[in-house]
Amino acid sequence: MEIDPFIFRLSIFILSIFIGYYVVWSVTPSLHTPLMSVTNAISSVIIVGAIIAGLAGNSNSDFTISNFLGFLAISLAAVNIFGGFLVTQRMLQMYKKKKKDK
Amino acid sequence: MSANLSAIFYLISGVLFILALRGLSSPETSRQGNFFGILGMTIAITVTFLSVGSFSSGLIYVLIFLLIGGLIGAFIAYKIPMTAMPELVAGFHSLVGLSAVLVAISAFLNPEAFNLGSPGSIKLASLIEMSIGAAVGAITFSGSIIAFLKLQGIMSGSPISFRGQHLFNALLLVSIVVLTYLLCSTQSSNFFWILLTVSFLIGFLLIIPIGGADMPVVISMLNSYSGWAAAGIGFTLENSALIITGALVGSSGAILSYIMCKGMNRSFFNVILGGFGAVEQSTSSGEKEYRPVKSGNAEDAAFLMKNASSVIIVPGYGMAVAQAQHALREMVDTLKKNDIKVTYAIHPVAGRMPGHMNVLLAEANVPYDEVFELEEINNDFANADVAFVIGANDVTNPSAKSDPQSPIYGMPVLDVEKCKSVLFVKRSLSPGYAGIDNDLFYKENTLMLFADAKKMTEEITKNL
Repeated sequence: MEIDPFIFRLSIFILSIFIGYYVVWSVTPSLHTPLMSVTNAISSVIIVGAIIAGLAGNSNSDFTISNFLGFLAISLAAVNIFGGFLVTQRMLQMYKKKKKDK
Repeated sequence: MSANLSAIFYLISGVLFILALRGLSSPETSRQGNFFGILGMTIAITVTFLSVGSFSSGLIYVLIFLLIGGLIGAFIAYKIPMTAMPELVAGFHSLVGLSAVLVAISAFLNPEAFNLGSPGSIKLASLIEMSIGAAVGAITFSGSIIAFLKLQGIMSGSPISFRGQHLFNALLLVSIVVLTYLLCSTQSSNFFWILLTVSFLIGFLLIIPIGGADMPVVISMLNSYSGWAAAGIGFTLENSALIITGALVGSSGAILSYIMCKGMNRSFFNVILGGFGAVEQSTSSGEKEYRPVKSGNAEDAAFLMKNASSVIIVPGYGMAVAQAQHALREMVDTLKKNDIKVTYAIHPVAGRMPGHMNVLLAEANVPYDEVFELEEINNDFANADVAFVIGANDVTNPSAKSDPQSPIYGMPVLDVEKCKSVLFVKRSLSPGYAGIDNDLFYKENTLMLFADAKKMTEEITKNL
């Protein structure tokens, strides 16, 4: 019997949870706020779904509701992607070590 | 681009996201980690465009909306003050939730575009995945909106509860399962809309009973939900980048919630069921007695610190509210010029989100190797001369160690009372969030400084 591709996706999912578990425990507590903002940014990779929805099946120029929802989702996710990565960048730039000349 | 090739690229971007989180294990590697994250995102978006292939009139709109969102996001990222990070993160969570809902609706209305079957006969597995993604997304959205309103102060931070609340929430949760079942067996869109409405309602009801100081748990929890929502949609779209990311974010949020709960010595369910502050306040106010405190002014404080050889600073949410982090750094600079050793002690739940205090201190140019976590620094209090508590309260309360009757008994606290003297900057003697008196106020070696945190810190600097 063939294995349903769903099982493979489930395997990826479960293994990723474990990777997440170990990786996140190794994050230093002082960077927990940047951790939240960067996880926020990367979870907006949901934009790939929004792009598919936005570009879906319109060889002619009439858009369906489905397309419009896609457009809206694209801009929401884009706010998150740009905002999330940039604010993380801004925060991380502030973390500095003691100056050596002291 | 073939489906196999794009799947490989999605996998690569998933791996880059793992590396992005891995980079955060130390501040030196963190910037590189963020770069990996951006790279992963760029690959995922580019591949999606290439795999859709047929560039029709929709493309221009997709790009326009992408640009609009991007500009808004970039604008917010540059303008937002660091003290407002909790609100920002809550707001961003709501956007992830809402876009998950929109993608799910779009897939439900137009399943052909996603290879999920045709309207009215969507594949069963896809329908279940879609329902989960949509429901969790909706809960994330409305929950984050409430958290945002509470953090922003638009909505009162005090818990709102009504009778039968828990029972009602439980019934709603059960109804989600029933609705998903009905949706799958009938394929009727009505059930899909009801499912969404109920989910929005749950998110709302779940967060209103939770008080302001429990926000670190709430934000981490919503962080986790936004991940699970993304993963649900990832299954629907059969996209490994989304599945990997969803799982990473989901477990990250869950771990943060756990750390925050442990920092308060409360179980996750205890926080979620809420209503903590309201109950305790009524019991403690009955037996209130007048006890003398020693209060002082900036000169006294400056005198004490000038004669100290080591000072430990304990910042809390009050420092964020008063925007006192820069004034504090200036005070510390002056102390250091007098060869006084200064370190910072941070309690896990200080502030309104995980790591909130660390970001504020970093913003004020405090080097991160002077900032220590509770376990690292707690033994040092006994050897320090002065503890300077600015805007923190419950996290220093010694009754968490000594009084089994105390509602915060068992919570890990900073051993501030072991210092030779304690300076406590506070606006009044009012109890902290937990509604309990802090014995530290009445200790002989405690000097209360009743003032706004920022003004007091500036005054002390002048007197040093």
